[in-house]
Amino acid sequence: MTDDPVIRLRGATKRFRGASGVHTAVHDLTMDVRPGEFVAVVGPTGCGKSTTLSLVSGLEPASAGEVLVRGEPVRGIPAGVGYMFQQDAIQPWRSVLDNVAAGPRWRGTPKAQARELARGWVERVGLGGFEGYYPHQLSGGMRKRVALAQTLVNEPEILLMDEPFSALDVQTRGLMQDELLRLWAGSGAAVIFVTHDLEEAIALADRVVVMTAAPATVKASFDVPLARPRDVEEVRLTAEFLDIYREVWDSLREEVARSREQAVKAEGGRRVA
Amino acid sequence: MSHDAPDAGAAMAAAAQMTALRTPSDLDNAAAIAAAGTASRRRRAVVWTVRVAAIVAWLVSWEVSATYWIDPFYYSKPSAIWHRLVDWFTKGTAQGSIWTQIAATLEEAVIGFVLGAILGVVLGILLGRSRFLSDVCAPFIKAANAVPRIVLASLFVIWFGLGMSSKIATALVLVFFAVFFNAFQGAREVDRNLINNARILGASRTQVLTSIVVPSATSWILASLHAAFGFALIGAVVGEYTGADRGLGLLIATAQGSFDAAGIYAGMIITTVIALLAEWLLGGLENRLLRWRPPVAGAEAQI
Repeated sequence: MTDDPVIRLRGATKRFRGASGVHTAVHDLTMDVRPGEFVAVVGPTGCGKSTTLSLVSGLEPASAGEVLVRGEPVRGIPAGVGYMFQQDAIQPWRSVLDNVAAGPRWRGTPKAQARELARGWVERVGLGGFEGYYPHQLSGGMRKRVALAQTLVNEPEILLMDEPFSALDVQTRGLMQDELLRLWAGSGAAVIFVTHDLEEAIALADRVVVMTAAPATVKASFDVPLARPRDVEEVRLTAEFLDIYREVWDSLREEVARSREQAVKAEGGRRVA
Repeated sequence: MSHDAPDAGAAMAAAAQMTALRTPSDLDNAAAIAAAGTASRRRRAVVWTVRVAAIVAWLVSWEVSATYWIDPFYYSKPSAIWHRLVDWFTKGTAQGSIWTQIAATLEEAVIGFVLGAILGVVLGILLGRSRFLSDVCAPFIKAANAVPRIVLASLFVIWFGLGMSSKIATALVLVFFAVFFNAFQGAREVDRNLINNARILGASRTQVLTSIVVPSATSWILASLHAAFGFALIGAVVGEYTGADRGLGLLIATAQGSFDAAGIYAGMIITTVIALLAEWLLGGLENRLLRWRPPVAGAEAQI
């Protein structure tokens, strides 16, 4: 079990039926994630990175190919999966504490016990004292902390993150990245972290997977042999970091350029039509 | 009362000047806050003065013109309406105690409102969440909504007789459509992210419905309930108007039969007061249920 991949994608393809015909979001996607591994997926904006997460989480079935979690084909939402969305997905009508307690409550934990559990996680993400606040009373960064606690309280074995910090300002983003690494360390969870920010990807991950422009497929995979624990702000300035950055960027650059061309072409087509 | 207007203008200008001159620095922050408080109190006083002035001006001009120029037999006048109201509350109406009439109308309206709202919310959410059901039912609902529903009051009198149930049915039908469309829209527009997040966190289909869909739709539903109680009251009064043995609608119908304009106005005023009281109660309920919502900017200026 130890080194068997916990997530396995084999030629996974996802097509959507849109207004202008069938659109292929990801095409022939093959990748593995080992238990406890932190994998960052980078690619041009809008290339279909998020679709990969939908396939693994079971929110969307694959159109072709295989998606396996712990060796089992994904049908419905697999047990032990946590998912942090790009947009706020916490319930605005519930307090911080009740939002964090929601997962255990839905899974059948008695109320008092769920709240006790939630209280610990609210504390751990640095929101002690804000238990009774409603989401609209919190800043964007604090809402992300609530979402993080809400996801981690279920102690997921697989953590899917879809550009969770992209809406935050630079300083807050750095803080949240450190926070994530601190909370993830020792959890043993496998992480797929989708981002378009290469710096973020390298600073956080054990391995960076580069996706092609749409339809997305895996282009290359780079190991990130930086020592842990890492300080996100510090590690960016080291020579090794820059070497890895250059290497990955060489691969990513072409895809970004291609994706830009596609966008221009699509825009031109729309103008002509 | 016209001399009130320049006064009010001056007070408003003074209040504006006060807030403009006081720039809050560290030293007189407290003073600036106090000044802002005074300014807002003064503004409210001015608003109320103008409101009262407007109502007094209206009533006085009506009273004067009904006394000297126009025929009070058709148009009545405020003093006559006031006497009629006092009469009803002290000596009772031709149909008996005024409280019996109010209680009858209120009972019909409340029962119709509650049943209609429950039916509207349940069906609205059900159809809002089920693409199949809403596709099947859409033309029927549109057709039913296009029926002039007030006419149904006559049908209900035939079906259910002159008693309370025909009025409840009329109120119910009016309330149902008002609530249904809002609940439907509310259930449709639930944030997909919220639902996906809940499913990942372990919520079952029923749990998604009760803890995501229903709370999301609540603000839509509550917004419709305000208008809906008004409709319930209309349903009850129109039902009584069509045929009844008691109630405010009967009172108004009787007044019409005897060319008693003051009686019609008095009935209207009582109905209006009931509607306003219900509006106030529902507003309180809404504030309690929607405590989680951010305060609306410029809530003061809203009507």
